[in-house]
Amino acid sequence: MIKLIGILVVAVGFALRFNTLLVVMAAGIVTGLVAGMSFHEIMEQFGKFFVENRYMTLPVVLIVPVVGLLERYGLQERAETLIRRAKAATAGRVILLYTAVRQVSIALGVNIGGHPQMVRPLVAPMAEGAAHAQHGELPEKTKEAIRAHASAGENIGNFFGEDVFIAVGAILLMKGFFDGLKIEVSVWAMALWGIPTAFVAFAAMWWRTRVLDRRVAREVSEQRAANPETKEARP
Amino acid sequence: MSSVFSVELFYVISGVVFAAVGWRALRNPQQPRRWGSVIFWALLAVVYLFGKSLPPAAVGYGVLVMVVLAALRQVEKPQSEGAPREERAASAERLGNKLFVPTLLIPATAVVGALVLAKIHFGEVWLLDKKQATLAALGVGGLIALAAGLRITGAKATVPMGEGSRLLQSIGWALVLPQMLAALGGIFAKAGVGQVVSELVAGALPTQYPFVAVAAYCVGMALFTMCMGNAFAAFPVITLGIGLPLIVQQHHGNVAIMAGVGMLSGYCGTLMTPMAANFNIVPAMLLELRDKNAVIRAQVPLALTILAANVVIMYFTVYRF
Repeated sequence: MIKLIGILVVAVGFALRFNTLLVVMAAGIVTGLVAGMSFHEIMEQFGKFFVENRYMTLPVVLIVPVVGLLERYGLQERAETLIRRAKAATAGRVILLYTAVRQVSIALGVNIGGHPQMVRPLVAPMAEGAAHAQHGELPEKTKEAIRAHASAGENIGNFFGEDVFIAVGAILLMKGFFDGLKIEVSVWAMALWGIPTAFVAFAAMWWRTRVLDRRVAREVSEQRAANPETKEARP
Repeated sequence: MSSVFSVELFYVISGVVFAAVGWRALRNPQQPRRWGSVIFWALLAVVYLFGKSLPPAAVGYGVLVMVVLAALRQVEKPQSEGAPREERAASAERLGNKLFVPTLLIPATAVVGALVLAKIHFGEVWLLDKKQATLAALGVGGLIALAAGLRITGAKATVPMGEGSRLLQSIGWALVLPQMLAALGGIFAKAGVGQVVSELVAGALPTQYPFVAVAAYCVGMALFTMCMGNAFAAFPVITLGIGLPLIVQQHHGNVAIMAGVGMLSGYCGTLMTPMAANFNIVPAMLLELRDKNAVIRAQVPLALTILAANVVIMYFTVYRF
């Protein structure tokens, strides 16, 4: 039981809003000490894992210079202009379409999305642009909600598409785990049984983006009621 | 087995980028808490440039310094917001859809990378890193997009460095959170936290009912993933502790269905936890949201719906096929 103290540290640390890095390191140190490791050994573990997992930051670090450059030259403004011409576009529909593309492409084994490379430069500004074209000036909290949902679309598409493809890490990890236990499992069967959940996930996202569109409309009209001078929607 | 575009090469490039962030922090007159930021980014640069040859303990103490700096609020971003909106709009008008070309080159490179580049080799030398071809393709895509972007905009090479630094500073210390959480997961695993959790769950529930076994496994995967931040870390623990003894041995369920749907239940946990920093916290910082839990808030209803569906799907299939 005492080994669970790390989870307690994390829960309490997050609840009290301490710096997340500090909470995580404290939880690691406490758990390590309880399990009988020395402070030096714990630092060694942190160092080892930190170096092994450097790959986690690569998608961000390798992409932000080009995204920053293009944003400086008006990428987001252009994405908004482009989407404004599509009359049927709403924030929710833009996000849902991206989710579909993301889910299908990764199910076919091609990883074309990501927060730095797609959501920040294209999906979020296009979704915001669609809402802006439809309703005029958006309240700050509405813009943030749209961006958060764009991120959610990326995660849902990514997570619930990938296991349908057998060469993906998760399926191979499970295969390796069962091989180690001498249990015979087919990678095809595991991939096949990921399909129902993939459909449910997409349906849930469809419902979520409809709720988002209604929320955008509501928040804009609330703001306009409170502040009648804000600009009107498209003519 | 070597490669032209190895992941190691991209670590070095990242190290150079971090060094540039530190350098800009040092030279920026508006930089708040200058020395904290400079030391933070310099340490990160060192870990990326020389990570493999440094002793792990040295990296560990370096990380400790970074954590202390972050906790004391010594790693802050400057106020400047980049180019004004009018200037960006004018340049968007001038460049038009050409602006999309570099961003679209990144997914295009991913496709070509997966289908073609990953298969090219000259004897023993591979074009892309064999073990992490997707990451290597992403890196190559980034470089190609950068070259195209510089050409299309006609900007100086210092512009992407400056803008990249600005974005990285707005993410700040959250950038290293995923790695810290991976380390925490490793320490939890070494300390045997997982066994305690699965014993607790298995002991507390009436698992003689097949439905309870399924629900305990799916929800257990989600909960333990929330603690660890990673479904891959939760899978072996919860499968050994709950899935195999209860669903397979006690109730004779299908292993492939259990595993496939179980892993996806873990992903529902990933959607709901700040511990999955690279999916939830880093994007919030990257999109400059004031609430760093905003992405999680958007995802909780989705995650609970999908988790409930997983329990139903598994219950109706795992004992039948």
